[in-house]
Amino acid sequence: MRDFNYHRPAKVADAVKLIKKAKNGKLLSGGMTLIPTMKQGLTDLTDIVDLAGLKNAGIVVGSGTVTVKAGTTHNDVADSRELKGTLPALAAVAGAIGDPHVRNRGTIGGSIANNDPAADYPAALLGLGATVITNARKIPADKFFTGMFSTALKRDEIVTAVEFPVLRRAGYAKFPNPASRYAMVGVFVSQDTAGKVRVAVTGAGPCVFRQRQMETALEKTFSPDALTEIAVSPSGLNSDMHGSPEYRAHLVNVMARRAVSAAR
Amino acid sequence: MSDTGIGARVRRKEDRRFITGRANYTDDINLKNQTYGYFVRSPHAHATIDSINISQALKAPGVIAVLTGEDLAADKLGGLICGWMIHSKDGSPMKVGPHPALAQGKVRYVGDHVAIVVAKTKAQAKAAGELVRVSYGELPAVVDPADAQKSGGPPVHDLAPNNTVFEWALGDKAATDGAFARASHVTKMNIVNNRLVPNAIEPRAAIGSYDAASDHFTLYTTSQNPHVARLVISAFVGIAPENKLRVVAPDVGGGFGSKIFIYAEEVLCLWASKRIGGRPVKWTAERTESFQADAHGRDHVTEAELAMDQSGKIIGLRVKTIANMGAYLSTFASCVPTYLYATLLSGQYNIPAIYAEVDAVYTNTAPVDAYRGAGRPEATYVVERLVETAAREMKIDPAEFRRRNFITSFPHQTPVIMTYDAGDYHASLEKALGLADYKGFPARKAAAAAKGKMRGIGFSTYIEACGIAPSAAIGSLGAGVGLWESAEVRVNPVGTVEILTGSHSHGQGHETTFAQLASDRLGIPIDNVSVIHGDTDKVQFGMGTYGSRSGAVGMTAIAKALDKIEAKAKKVAAAVMEAAEGDVEFKDGSFTVKGTDKKMAFGEVALAAYVAHKFPSNEIEPGLKEGSFHDPSNFTFPAGCHICEVEIDRETGMTEIVNWVAVDDFGTIINPMIVEGQVHGGIAQGVGQALTEACVYDRESGQLLTGSYMDYCMPRAHDFPEFKLGFTETKCPSNPLGMKGCGEAGAIAAPAAVMNAVTDALGVRDLPMPASPHRVWRTIKGMRLAAE
Repeated sequence: MRDFNYHRPAKVADAVKLIKKAKNGKLLSGGMTLIPTMKQGLTDLTDIVDLAGLKNAGIVVGSGTVTVKAGTTHNDVADSRELKGTLPALAAVAGAIGDPHVRNRGTIGGSIANNDPAADYPAALLGLGATVITNARKIPADKFFTGMFSTALKRDEIVTAVEFPVLRRAGYAKFPNPASRYAMVGVFVSQDTAGKVRVAVTGAGPCVFRQRQMETALEKTFSPDALTEIAVSPSGLNSDMHGSPEYRAHLVNVMARRAVSAAR
Repeated sequence: MSDTGIGARVRRKEDRRFITGRANYTDDINLKNQTYGYFVRSPHAHATIDSINISQALKAPGVIAVLTGEDLAADKLGGLICGWMIHSKDGSPMKVGPHPALAQGKVRYVGDHVAIVVAKTKAQAKAAGELVRVSYGELPAVVDPADAQKSGGPPVHDLAPNNTVFEWALGDKAATDGAFARASHVTKMNIVNNRLVPNAIEPRAAIGSYDAASDHFTLYTTSQNPHVARLVISAFVGIAPENKLRVVAPDVGGGFGSKIFIYAEEVLCLWASKRIGGRPVKWTAERTESFQADAHGRDHVTEAELAMDQSGKIIGLRVKTIANMGAYLSTFASCVPTYLYATLLSGQYNIPAIYAEVDAVYTNTAPVDAYRGAGRPEATYVVERLVETAAREMKIDPAEFRRRNFITSFPHQTPVIMTYDAGDYHASLEKALGLADYKGFPARKAAAAAKGKMRGIGFSTYIEACGIAPSAAIGSLGAGVGLWESAEVRVNPVGTVEILTGSHSHGQGHETTFAQLASDRLGIPIDNVSVIHGDTDKVQFGMGTYGSRSGAVGMTAIAKALDKIEAKAKKVAAAVMEAAEGDVEFKDGSFTVKGTDKKMAFGEVALAAYVAHKFPSNEIEPGLKEGSFHDPSNFTFPAGCHICEVEIDRETGMTEIVNWVAVDDFGTIINPMIVEGQVHGGIAQGVGQALTEACVYDRESGQLLTGSYMDYCMPRAHDFPEFKLGFTETKCPSNPLGMKGCGEAGAIAAPAAVMNAVTDALGVRDLPMPASPHRVWRTIKGMRLAAE
């Protein structure tokens, strides 16, 4: 690991100033991706601004919404009793991330800001139509995830919380990459009280995306069988030694049906 | 049986320090004035080294030295060796490419050693390493054993045209061809034994330290056999004579074979320490280096045929294997696909004629050498896949097919060298069938089908040759060393005992098992016994631990030394109790005189031996310390039956192991708890090979594609059911304890059991390992397409 300047501000405003000033700076939350990348010598950072000093963690269950502060660890989300009562699918997503070590360190803010194409949280945000709250603004999930490892965040913008709507039902099904346990394909499905459905797919493509054809079908009948005949196109999907685009396309259908079955 | 003697489930003495983080691994050791080594490694699979510019690196902060292959050549150090000579069918010796510890003129695999940077800190060494400018001339690479002999590109070593190391054969070709000519059924398969990365939890590490004042070297290293390391580094590399080189292998966190071998890094840390004036040089592998530069395992491509008569009796086996040796011949690489492989092709079966041909090839990949089972898993996989497939093709129940072909009388001479000394293959099969509820399988399959799962069952009735090995026999086959083992038993004046063993524990629990033997034999508490190993300054020359040898060979040496202790102690006791030596009996830790009430405890006799007041020292020497070197008269032949049941998710291709039965015959078992742990670990490793693990190099570029756990898939605890273990016992006749060995059995048996189950579930003849979800899904899809 190369030398860098380490900062640990206590206020969001200070963090913003520090990251603005840095020549080549990076915000550090749980560090579950950033630190391994630094250890491998794949970064050339001058400054690390550690957000742990903000002490911005916790889950607030409001009327019709759940707000998860950006520094909340995956384990705290997975184990939240309140969340299991109001939005169990979100707790399930957090509990499916990585392993206990990662879940004890990794945070929701760090995960979505990194936007790994195979991360779990982006599916939950997009699948629930969540709102990302930053120091500067509110960004709907549909506008937040812009591409592989890229988001709508500006360089000096800091995620402070994510606000999720509590919908009628939601479910998540994940087929993990056998080696890394990232999502080879993860599908998050939700339906609101008006019957509107969201189907968000992670792992399969370069960035989390919505599967509109499935959404339409599920709005007619919210049942796994409604999806059986929908063939997902492998075009543009990821390919690696663990799975071809065809396999991933097939798994999108399988996981979508399982997510519908799991929806509560 | 005492509660700490032979057969007792004694909790492992060593676990307190391992579990509480108080172990002493090589990386835990820090010497005064220590420096750190960093290895500049080849980013290319095959390239000439046109120039190396170290000037920038030398100027970097903290850098003490940057050494390259030229420096090594200037010091006239020898290269690394392969200690087993194999001759080709035409009588020519194997072609051994030079293996300097730092590449000279050419790099041959990604991770090959190009330079060592020594600096005051690890970070400084690594940062400076990035400033070493190497100009490479890239060459075409070959990585696949099937491609190696016909690549047409520049050979990995000029002295080995077509990348052929040797073309070896074993068995009677004419008799085998004759068997095939009269066969009524032939089962033919192409079998790939996938390449594996060993992945010990503790990465390799070394500290080389040179003391100029005494002209003496010390090497701390992660070794399974420190004396062999000292011998090679001394006699072949030429670092120092053996009396001026101490090798210490302290606590070692797993080896699985990969820490048998003598590696460039160990040699280079020693050499660099002298080069920089004696400051110790420490190196600990990063996980990436473990993936790149630990010796890998397996990597065979095989065509195999089994010939049967009308009744389903096997009459012949023909095998042609290409074995990947990687870029250099590692320490024992050449014996793995030959004498540890083809000699086991008879399995548990009466096969009258066997002919095996093995071509070993160089490729632009990391060296391949022994890995848990070493040759025997490859042989078992060939035999057990063939047998299961032949049974299916001949519509004979696979258990029944095996029964018809089992060897039933012992000793049994196979057509491929081995003389099996004892076993009862029917007993282990029948016991396993019972534990697995084989009769209930059709109902379980139907129940699984009802919930959309494809259920399959697979057998593996394996045999292995362990207790490696009778020295004269292996010497006649090309081994450069003898494979006896040594022990010294030192009784202290108050009757506590130290066992110094040439075996080396790196997870096996020797400190417990060996102490159980002494506790049992001497009738003393197990806490009074300490086991010392892994330090060439403390322990007499020994051969180390691998090939499931430390029970059958290492403990036999201890048992023989204990015999001598008892004999000497009886002399002392007789003198002290003023009795005839023949009247002294030793039982439960006490010496008694027949027909009297005279009695001395073991500790009292020990004290008497050391104070030497009560016997004439010209007749009985004072002290109580004895040694033994035990050379086995035969291999041992552990065998058993594993039955695996899987359920496959039709939609995802995910295979779940839902039932596992293992019935093993290891002969005498000293500590059942430790043996069960060995079986569990072995099965897990074998299942890893069958379902998840694959070391993959890019066929074009030679780059290692599975260079981290992001892509190399290790099996996890949740991948396994509760194993059902059973044991049968036929004593091994070639050692007094009747032990056979248990360390590799699971890894040998498991892959075939899994793949027989997976192919049964899918209703296909074959599919390559690992049966990953993607691969299984494609297989299912192919079936569906064919059906449509």
